[in-house]
Amino acid sequence: MTGYEVNAGEAVVFWVCAVLSVLGAIGLITSRKAVHSALWMALTMINLAILYIANNAPFLGMVQIIVYTGAVMMLFLFVLMVVGVDSSDSLIETIRGQRVLSILLGLLLIVILVWGLGSALSGLPSVGLDAANRLDGGNVQSIARLIFTDYLLVFEVTSALLITAAMGAMVLAHREHWQPKPTQAELSIARFKGDEHPGNRPNPGIYARHNAVDTPALLPDGTPTQASIPGALRSRADVQPVEIEDGRAIQEGDSQ
Amino acid sequence: MTGGQFGFFGVDPWWIVIVKVLGIFVMLVLLTLFTIWWERRVVSRMQHRIGPNRVGPFGLLQSLMDGVKLALKEEIVPKGVHLAVYWIAPIISATAAFIAFAVIPFGPVVNLFGQQTPLQLTDFPVSVLYILAIASIGIYGIVLAGWASGSIYPLLGGLRSSAQMISYEIAMGLSFVAVFLYAGSMSTSEIVNAQEPVWFAVILLPSFLIYVTAMVGETNRAPFDLPEAEGELVGGFHTEYSSMKFALFFLAEYINMVTVSALATTLFLGGWRAPWPISLWDAANTGYWPLLWWLLKVQIFIFIFIWLRATLPRLRYDQFMKFGWKILIPASIAWIMIVATARVLRNDVQFTSTQILLVGGITIIVLLLGSWLLQSRADRMSALQEEADAEIQARAFDAMAGGYPVPPMPGQQVNLPTRRASSSVTTQEAIDG
Repeated sequence: MTGYEVNAGEAVVFWVCAVLSVLGAIGLITSRKAVHSALWMALTMINLAILYIANNAPFLGMVQIIVYTGAVMMLFLFVLMVVGVDSSDSLIETIRGQRVLSILLGLLLIVILVWGLGSALSGLPSVGLDAANRLDGGNVQSIARLIFTDYLLVFEVTSALLITAAMGAMVLAHREHWQPKPTQAELSIARFKGDEHPGNRPNPGIYARHNAVDTPALLPDGTPTQASIPGALRSRADVQPVEIEDGRAIQEGDSQ
Repeated sequence: MTGGQFGFFGVDPWWIVIVKVLGIFVMLVLLTLFTIWWERRVVSRMQHRIGPNRVGPFGLLQSLMDGVKLALKEEIVPKGVHLAVYWIAPIISATAAFIAFAVIPFGPVVNLFGQQTPLQLTDFPVSVLYILAIASIGIYGIVLAGWASGSIYPLLGGLRSSAQMISYEIAMGLSFVAVFLYAGSMSTSEIVNAQEPVWFAVILLPSFLIYVTAMVGETNRAPFDLPEAEGELVGGFHTEYSSMKFALFFLAEYINMVTVSALATTLFLGGWRAPWPISLWDAANTGYWPLLWWLLKVQIFIFIFIWLRATLPRLRYDQFMKFGWKILIPASIAWIMIVATARVLRNDVQFTSTQILLVGGITIIVLLLGSWLLQSRADRMSALQEEADAEIQARAFDAMAGGYPVPPMPGQQVNLPTRRASSSVTTQEAIDG
């Protein structure tokens, strides 16, 4: 294979994947919901991966899916879901002229890429993908040789940068413990040693005539119990009086 | 990819490819039906019950009947779901489950309708990475199902599953590294060939154990089935799904079980190669016999899945995460370091026994010194901590220390006026009024 021959299968793969990845990119910036944007982006990434594989770079294609689609986008989705299902982004520009500037800079980037890459690559002799992969006995072996010989410094510096970023995130999210975290056993012992009843509190309305939150539960002997009313209601005195058999309305604490 | 070592792949006529695809599809569906029945029977036996025994011989057709019933059930789509994503999620899940099987080797080169072809749909230099990639796409189905349902239990299930997947895929990927180092390849057929004298489960036992643990987490099965913990999250991500869409999730879960079992077989148990006593028979690794060995090995893993489910209680979520990040991943990294060092020593360096003893002795001395230093440092730190604690406890709490309102330090007592007194007065008024 020399240079620019394109067979039918390659052309079909290119036109399907290229169209889909551009579609994904457009969907990414036009969707209103952040999760939809993330999905469009995943579509773009998967199509790029297929293009890499079609270009005899199977390792890069698989790593693209595992790292970008599988880990990075999954983390994005994770954060979006933690933030909330229905939180929509505000579409007000915080920087004046942001939109115009971004369009201009985008155009500039396209020009630089097309012109720069075009002029840089136009004079190169092309040996063909198969020949390039065969140099070290295969695609994976060739990548491994390049990373661990010619580009070793770049590779190590990049990994140091990433580890620093991860450490930074950990430091920012770190909360210092004043004392050792109590274990499950210690918590259990403390619970039984304390003044409170170790079991569940009675639910509101148990043995009562009503199951509203502000109706105190009745103990088996018919007296209302204070523990069944939420503390907020108790402190506001929002507690319903309870009638017992002789017609007298009583309140918790009366007969105890 | 028509290089020398992959000579048998990518050269099949189109109808052989279709036969293989169809064969894998049918096999996976049948294995799912069988696994559901097998799981119910085994769990029943472990719980002193009988299990399904009415439909067909030994109840074998029970899961087929259940499947038909599930497909014919009324479909309930709740209000407030994000319809497009709600529809796509089960499709992603089931599709990913099926296509991961494309690179699993079932047997050697055989005669299939007059064509010499390997019992494997395809293979390429990074096919194990392909399975990892497809698995990571498959989890999208679960996460999106959780999000699209527009309800809180599925959302929590989806969140848990994405966290779980990210954590356990690291341990899983790391356990592959030792296999890649020993096989010198990431293609499934070559890894099977590399296990010719001895299985990787024997020489790379720690990797095997880590993979088996991580695969249970990766497939959301008990005791790691936190995304669908029914006691906490109703049904987890599939709470709002019914009928055929739920059936797709169900199918995907069981196919994923088969896939990870098949991958474990391929990477660690010699793939389709016959186990030891049988391998003495010359014809054991030829023709269609290997399909049988492969199926038996996969069934062993599936039985382990079922056994775990019947035996172990579900982990608490924080313990589960701690197990993944603080035990599995560091253990994998340490083990890879050992394996890589051993490989380099064996390949590149010729050592005399004196040198090995010298290196070993120095290593032991360094380890001893290091542990002694760490221990004395820990002792000093805990003594300092105790002093600091005592000092804090001795000091009375000053709510305006340094001129600013400050919270109490641990151990300090705060004396705040209680509401009890005023509350009882108002309660009395409420009764009177």
